Amino acid sequence: MMEVSGLTVRFGGVLPLDDVSVTFESSTCGLIGPNGAGKTTFFNVLSGFVTPASGRVRAFGEDLLAMAHYRRARWGLRRTFQTEQAIEELSVYDNVAMIHEHSRLTSSKRRDDVLEAISFVGIQASPSDRVGTLGAGERRLVEMARCVVGSPRLVLLDEPAAGLPDDETNHLAAVIRRIPQHTGALVVLVDHDMGLVSATCETTSVLDFGHLIASGPTAEVLQDERVVNAYLGTKEVA
Amino acid sequence: MRLKGHGMLPRIVVIAALYLFALFGLPALLSLYYIDSLTQAAIFSIVAVGLGVLVGRVGLYSLGQYAVLAIGAWVAARLLFATTLPYPVVLLAAGVVTMVIGMIFGLPALRVRGLYLALITLMMAGALTVVITTTNFPNGGSGFWGYNGSTVHPAAIRRPAIAAGDPAYYRYSLVVAAIMFILVFVHVRTKPGRAWVAIRQSESAALAAGINTTLYKLWAWALASFVTGVAGGVLAGSSHYLYSIDFPVQDSITLLAVVLMGGAYSLWGAVVAGLLLQLLPALFQVWGVSNDWITILFGIGVLNVLITAPRGLADQVPRDLGRLVRKLRAVGQRAPAPEATAR
Ligand SMILES: Nc1ncnc2c1ncn2[C@@H]1O[C@H](COP(=O)(O)OP(=O)(O)OP(=O)(O)O)[C@@H](O)[C@H]1O
Ligand SMILES: [Mg+2]
Repeated sequence: MMEVSGLTVRFGGVLPLDDVSVTFESSTCGLIGPNGAGKTTFFNVLSGFVTPASGRVRAFGEDLLAMAHYRRARWGLRRTFQTEQAIEELSVYDNVAMIHEHSRLTSSKRRDDVLEAISFVGIQASPSDRVGTLGAGERRLVEMARCVVGSPRLVLLDEPAAGLPDDETNHLAAVIRRIPQHTGALVVLVDHDMGLVSATCETTSVLDFGHLIASGPTAEVLQDERVVNAYLGTKEVA
Repeated sequence: MRLKGHGMLPRIVVIAALYLFALFGLPALLSLYYIDSLTQAAIFSIVAVGLGVLVGRVGLYSLGQYAVLAIGAWVAARLLFATTLPYPVVLLAAGVVTMVIGMIFGLPALRVRGLYLALITLMMAGALTVVITTTNFPNGGSGFWGYNGSTVHPAAIRRPAIAAGDPAYYRYSLVVAAIMFILVFVHVRTKPGRAWVAIRQSESAALAAGINTTLYKLWAWALASFVTGVAGGVLAGSSHYLYSIDFPVQDSITLLAVVLMGGAYSLWGAVVAGLLLQLLPALFQVWGVSNDWITILFGIGVLNVLITAPRGLADQVPRDLGRLVRKLRAVGQRAPAPEATAR
């Protein structure tokens, strides 16, 4: 459970987030909105890369914004990036193990935990393969494995299916659906693929130019007139 | 913890054989002239492996490594004159003091990256060179600076008793180099090494992985300063007399170019860099080729790396040789069948 209250971010004259208050309660929550709505900026606030002008974020009873950015992973924050960021020079195994070795988990269980995360997301490549040699879909899965290893509490996925073919998107949807039950984490999914959002998220919130314009059960939100208008003319709506 | 490991043994055997040959074979085969330049190559391969950590692993471009080397040489020379401490202790002290000084300078510098870091380190190196030019290197004088400007016959910096002669000192340098390489190898293969490549690729991805990027950058900086300081200590003994003009600021730029050429990401690249920097000029002198050609050659080498071989010569040469061998073999097999060549 994550409560966001009065969150405002200012970049010079623009307000990519303007007094946003929203609660993420269901196990997998969607966060949608047209390009430039402020979705990635919101994730960057949670990661600590962007300092908000005002506002608070309480996640599982703790003040997330008070934590140093690099400590948030140890607390249980995980994320993927809009442009995928698996570490090319390292093997699949080391990519995932890296999260584990900077967490508070003991190293004696590391090997098992890492291999378990790799098989959970269904990576076909060998754990010893260098990530730089993998295709786009597999790299995305490496990022997903990095999100589920250890004890994640909050998993932020920024357009994980962007550019993937349908079968790989379907596989990803299945993985995302299983994360909350498997790890106990709260998942927030940002995507322009409404099929993926409907297939995975019980509730969805909608941002438009930094304002929260709707929040509720996904099916209802996608029917909402304001949401349809916000997206009108943008071709991403499936 | 690592899953690979097979294929490791033959590699270790090859490296050990090469190393033993360099240690015992080369001094028997080569003249003192070449042994001296190989000593220098060993010393500068340590400097290169330190810079390789910064540039290749973390993506931090330093143009101040000659100044760092000078600090190590100064500290070692000072201790060698002032004390009778055993050589390994002096080298360790040179490394530690250089590391501390490097970190004091590095702490503010590491807030920036890329071109700005390169410029800042260049400026700092310039400032340090000015200091060393005024204080001079210790030459057996008294006082804190240990410099006596009025002596005509300055005292020579001592060498370890077991390595007084040049071939012995060459071996000594090679052993120190091996220890420094192992130190770096252990780092890049474990937690800090993984954190460093993550930082190099993307600082935000590293932070999101829970890596304290400031700490790990400083760690890399400390390691590079330490090994360079130790190299400075070895350099002090190798040359007997140290002068500030031996550490020109612009040579740090050449060093970066050579490290990129050799391959900043691999430890072999550092060996190649040491040889390019020290053995090549010695060869050119024997061949009667002007030293200016070296600068031109290094320029072409860096271009080559930027355009065709981002991982440097240490990666490119074996790869291209492998290709050549495969091609030759294919040609050899095809030769008896005329229709195959007539295609
Ligand atoms: N570092 C920054 N400095 C200035 N402006 C920024 C910065 N990052 C984002 N913005 C601006 O903030 C607004 C929100 O951007 P953001 O990346 O959060 O949108 P988004 O909802 O993720 O869009 P998309 O769907 O295209 O990924 C945009 O107008 C963007 O140009
Ligand atoms: Mg975005």
